[in-house]
Amino acid sequence: MSTIKPNYTRPLDIKNGRVDMSHGSGGRAMAQLISELFAAAFDNEYLAQGNDGATLPAANGRLVMATDSHVVSPLFFAGGDIGCLSVHGTINDVAVMGAQPLYLSASFILEEGFLLADLKRIVESMALASREAGVPVVTGDTKVVEQGKGDGVFITTTGVGVVREGVNLSGDQAKPGDKILLSGTIGDHGMAILSQREGLTFSAPIVSDTAALHDLIAAMLDSGAQLRVLRDPTRGGLATTLNEIAKQSGVGMMLHESAIAVNQPVEAACEFLGLDPLYVANEGKLIAICAPADAQTLLEVMRAHPLAREAAIIGEVQEDAHGFVQMTTKLGGRRVVDWLAGEQLPRIC
Amino acid sequence: MKYVDEFRDGELAKNIAANIAREAAPNRTYRLMEFCGGHTHAISRYGLVDLLPASVRMIHGPGCPVCVLPIGRVDQAIRLAREQGVILCTYADTVRVPASDNLSLMRAKAKGADVRMIYSTQDALKIARDNPEREVVFLAIGFETTTPPTAVAVKQAAAEGLKNFSILCDHVLTPAAMHAILAVEGGVALDGFVGPAHVSTVIGSKPYEPFADDYGKPVVIAGFEPLDVMQAILMLVRQINEGRAAVENEFTRAVTREGNLKAQELVAEVFEVRDTFEWRGLGSVPHSALKLRPKYAAFDAELKFNVDYVAVPDNKACECAAILRGQKRPQECKIFGTVCTPENPVGSCMVSSEGACAAHYSYGRFRETA
Repeated sequence: MSTIKPNYTRPLDIKNGRVDMSHGSGGRAMAQLISELFAAAFDNEYLAQGNDGATLPAANGRLVMATDSHVVSPLFFAGGDIGCLSVHGTINDVAVMGAQPLYLSASFILEEGFLLADLKRIVESMALASREAGVPVVTGDTKVVEQGKGDGVFITTTGVGVVREGVNLSGDQAKPGDKILLSGTIGDHGMAILSQREGLTFSAPIVSDTAALHDLIAAMLDSGAQLRVLRDPTRGGLATTLNEIAKQSGVGMMLHESAIAVNQPVEAACEFLGLDPLYVANEGKLIAICAPADAQTLLEVMRAHPLAREAAIIGEVQEDAHGFVQMTTKLGGRRVVDWLAGEQLPRIC
Repeated sequence: MKYVDEFRDGELAKNIAANIAREAAPNRTYRLMEFCGGHTHAISRYGLVDLLPASVRMIHGPGCPVCVLPIGRVDQAIRLAREQGVILCTYADTVRVPASDNLSLMRAKAKGADVRMIYSTQDALKIARDNPEREVVFLAIGFETTTPPTAVAVKQAAAEGLKNFSILCDHVLTPAAMHAILAVEGGVALDGFVGPAHVSTVIGSKPYEPFADDYGKPVVIAGFEPLDVMQAILMLVRQINEGRAAVENEFTRAVTREGNLKAQELVAEVFEVRDTFEWRGLGSVPHSALKLRPKYAAFDAELKFNVDYVAVPDNKACECAAILRGQKRPQECKIFGTVCTPENPVGSCMVSSEGACAAHYSYGRFRETA
């Protein structure tokens, strides 16, 4: 009879423990971190295969794949944290292509010394976001870098989805005459991060709008409206995203400042810090460009969804050889709404 | 938003615009210079030019702190950071100002220099306290608005005995620059000034009186909100029509004739006027900038690190000089929008959104297509 005693592994000390170099070494410590923290939280049949990669069923249709790295600072902010943000961000990138998001991968770069309790909070927030969205994290990776070489945790997620039959959304599809719709207020995510970073407090706190938009997008696709472009205005904000579309489609745009909603605390914080909400990041908003005849129908469908109650038609696509995105101001003047120059807010997502 | 929306009311703007259109004589031109970048920004951001009749022409002045900073001054800061290993702190836009050798403070940072963007002089003091083994230099730029906080920081550092903190003082004076613009031989094609907002809260309206009395140019001090600017333009048109030249104050909610005496005393205690200072665009202007008084010499980075100012000529193709003096418009510069863009500024007017070129590039280019 064997005299080898059964292995006893002391469970991870989530309460007081910290990430150390052994958690990225490929040895037992890493295996333990993965099984007790990541696998326990993300738990699904693909991850449970326990292989180097996940084997997935064949997909029916054109595939979309998108990837997004998250380096936000602070890691925890009003309305979310780097965990749920990394799930929402990638789901949205897949969904705005007109695809149903199916699977995610998650890759973590951890800094030596990072609190396991914080890591657990982040991973559980990711797991919750992924469950709520119905998009499982099916494979992942963990690396550890020495103290001072990272900033707590960086997360890269990749998403795969299948495009709906007959849907063809692309930034180059906008045509003169099309209407531009926006799903709600702008600048909430960026200002939530920045006001926390700068220690600004307002009577009503600024809450990030981070959210997964695939359900809203599914409803929009169901409406039968002739959609040309969908995009989520994240870094660089509404202004930069519209400029990207104008360039891709070779068109100009005319926006109406009075139609673009900004929450009051966001407006106040922007005013205080000298920022323009048009350039501030969003994480739960989308821009839709559609044929003019369908704009009203689409608007009603959007407003019926909890994530787009404040949706509005904010402008029109127009012919313009220079590709200028312009705006009629509340004062009755006109101006260009240019690309963001330089860096407005670093480390926002 | 309370206290903001009132000053951005589209209906009121239309009323003022209608008054301006009615009162401005169509057979003459009203060439009005808004001295401050804050006004330039408001005019461009709200498209105010569309509300003005063709006879009223706004000329962007040099009141943008980073725009008037000559290359040699940025070089000085870069030398300090790269050669002396100091932590160089400054306000955000300054890091993008082009300097010699295709560098800027931002590019010097990418090459390893320790350059930090700060929002307040208090941040610089904190960095100095937190890094007692390092030298911390604050590149102090700006007009009279940003000078009092620098004075406070220097006094605080002196009181705390903070020996590793010093400043590179590039604070400049508004009235001296206005003199330089007006004192051009043969006169200058300007009919009046929209006077500074924040600067005037500190210095008051009195220092502008010579421009009305001696040069016969009306000055209307205005706040930075779009309705302030519209109202100031109307007041200038009226003065010009009546043949008057006076200093009037549209910004009475913040500006008095005497200004903020406490701030003025503080500045006078810490700083003295330099004999001369080189401005980008205006050249050497006598009595136009400040330096630390001998009492605070220990905090003067120029003395402490022995970094001399070396004048460097601007890029030959760059028209910033003529633009800052109101003689040319941004679009009249050959490199505007081609090699000189907000992403890769050649001249300093393209750096800050308050600069004449950046404001026109970012907000006004559609006007050239018509």
